[in-house]
Amino acid sequence: MMINTNFTAHRGEFTLTLNAQFEAGTVVAILGPNGAGKSTLLRSLAGLTAIDTGSIVIDGVTVDDARNIFVSPPARSVGFVFQDYALFPHLTVLANIAFGPRSRGGGRKASNQIADEVLAKLGIAELADRKPGSLSGGQAQRVALARALATKPDVLLLDEPLAALDIQTRAQVRLHLSEQLETFSGCTILVTHDPLDAMLLADRVIVLENGAIVQDATPVEIARRPATPYAAALIGVTLLRGNITRGELTLEAGGTLYSADLGAVGPVLAVIRPESVSVHRVQPEGSPRNVWPGTIMALEASHDRVRVQVAGPPAVVAAVTPGAVAELGLAPGTRVWLSVKAVDLDVYPTHLDPTGAR
Amino acid sequence: MIPGLVAIAFLVIPLVGLLAEAPWGSFGAILTSQVALEALRISLVTSVAATAIAILIGTPLAWLLAREILPGTRVLRAMVIVPLLLPPVVSGVILLTAFGRRGLVGQWLYTALGIQLPFTTAGVVIAETFVAMPFLIITMEGAFRSLDGRFEDAASTLGASQWTTFRRITLPLVGPSLVAGAVLCWARALGEFGATITFAGNFPGVTQSMPLAVYQALETDRSTAIALSLVMLTVCIVVLVALRGRYLRPAST
Repeated sequence: MMINTNFTAHRGEFTLTLNAQFEAGTVVAILGPNGAGKSTLLRSLAGLTAIDTGSIVIDGVTVDDARNIFVSPPARSVGFVFQDYALFPHLTVLANIAFGPRSRGGGRKASNQIADEVLAKLGIAELADRKPGSLSGGQAQRVALARALATKPDVLLLDEPLAALDIQTRAQVRLHLSEQLETFSGCTILVTHDPLDAMLLADRVIVLENGAIVQDATPVEIARRPATPYAAALIGVTLLRGNITRGELTLEAGGTLYSADLGAVGPVLAVIRPESVSVHRVQPEGSPRNVWPGTIMALEASHDRVRVQVAGPPAVVAAVTPGAVAELGLAPGTRVWLSVKAVDLDVYPTHLDPTGAR
Repeated sequence: MIPGLVAIAFLVIPLVGLLAEAPWGSFGAILTSQVALEALRISLVTSVAATAIAILIGTPLAWLLAREILPGTRVLRAMVIVPLLLPPVVSGVILLTAFGRRGLVGQWLYTALGIQLPFTTAGVVIAETFVAMPFLIITMEGAFRSLDGRFEDAASTLGASQWTTFRRITLPLVGPSLVAGAVLCWARALGEFGATITFAGNFPGVTQSMPLAVYQALETDRSTAIALSLVMLTVCIVVLVALRGRYLRPAST
């Protein structure tokens, strides 16, 4: 199963140009600022917006060639999780989820049974008789996912699946979503403007700006070498995997860092923003808990700042001003000291089970 | 404050006057008289028919207006509102020029099909529909417009045909508005006078609806007119109570 796209589509004045392949079993995040064309991309794949030129081929079948062929949304095997979820407010959770199987020709009983199974699989069986209006944001997100999965689609499209949630529930729901996406065997395409969603949920990230792809790579690659100022500002961060206990983070790549987050336990993804990393010529003495030596590998000018790649361990990216580069005499090969405050080391659990034993 | 109180008095005193002069003793006899019963029957039949027609053709038009599918939507919307603003008697004249025996469409209907609309019960329905349908269209257009388009998108990606989507998603979601629009439309049709008397005439048993009966009775038998008026007033109050959630609260947006 594969999706081949090479098309342009417009919405109002705006035009999206997309040339990309999506493979089964992978989660691709489409990351970009508002108005980059992310939603247009999803709508084109679902058949809610017709393309202007080119074609979309899903699993060997041309679903839109901008001329004679246009397969309407009901005839495409696509599950769509809408932003704010668009759950039918007059139907119960069960009826919402059974709506897809029923519309595709299943009987009432068979459809309800499918809905029951999906609810059980997602661990929300107790919500079956509730109306969408009485659900919390996290519950609504899971119901929306269940509804999209109930038709057993080949393609799963998610439009800002976590944007409607507050920060506390977001981390939890993101983990649940991550687990569900891992078990989904089709193509998953997830639109987000939150780099963290992209990093934690996706195998591959496509950065979209002004209707065009500006970068297409793994999350780690994009974090290390962001292609545009937007990508640099949002995702040009240092990502480190490790295990944390009482604020002490043992890194997979070697070394130990300290986080102010004393509650997190188990495997985590640590994020260090380049702006949080200070670069020194001599070993600094002060409040930062994390101080370690390193060697500068590369310097890259990026807009009004310079991104400094430093080998550690751990290796990090620091952002400094051009003035600092000159003053400190920074160049590839220079030995430097790095410091990061514990409060600037953000950690995100990567497994639901807090003990990490999964 | 005082002008406000004057306004209240101005609105309430006529109602009190009607109640004060009501022929409570002979109320039953008047309402079961042949004239009253026939007027009641014609009013009910024609207003329900007019409402049904408005629902059947007005709802799709409201949907087209809300989705701005037809070219010149703004002009179309203005055309829909015209019958609301027009003096009803003018609406009657307009209908005569269109559907009268020598009218644009009417002469063809008469010569080709032998159908005559003016001065028939069907004519009453036409007059009431013309005047009352805008209430339904405006209400439904607002409902379709405020309906989140993603509900229909979602239904479509889940595999529902357009008809299934309309039946299971769109219609239930605009259901309350459809009820409100239909009741408003029906109430307006029930009270229709000017267009009806102009286009359909005032023939007891054929085109004489309640308002026409009230008008005629006022010249000969004042107490009958008042009794019939009370019936109409009661209907208005029932409608208001039925729609209280919608129109007795200040507009929120």
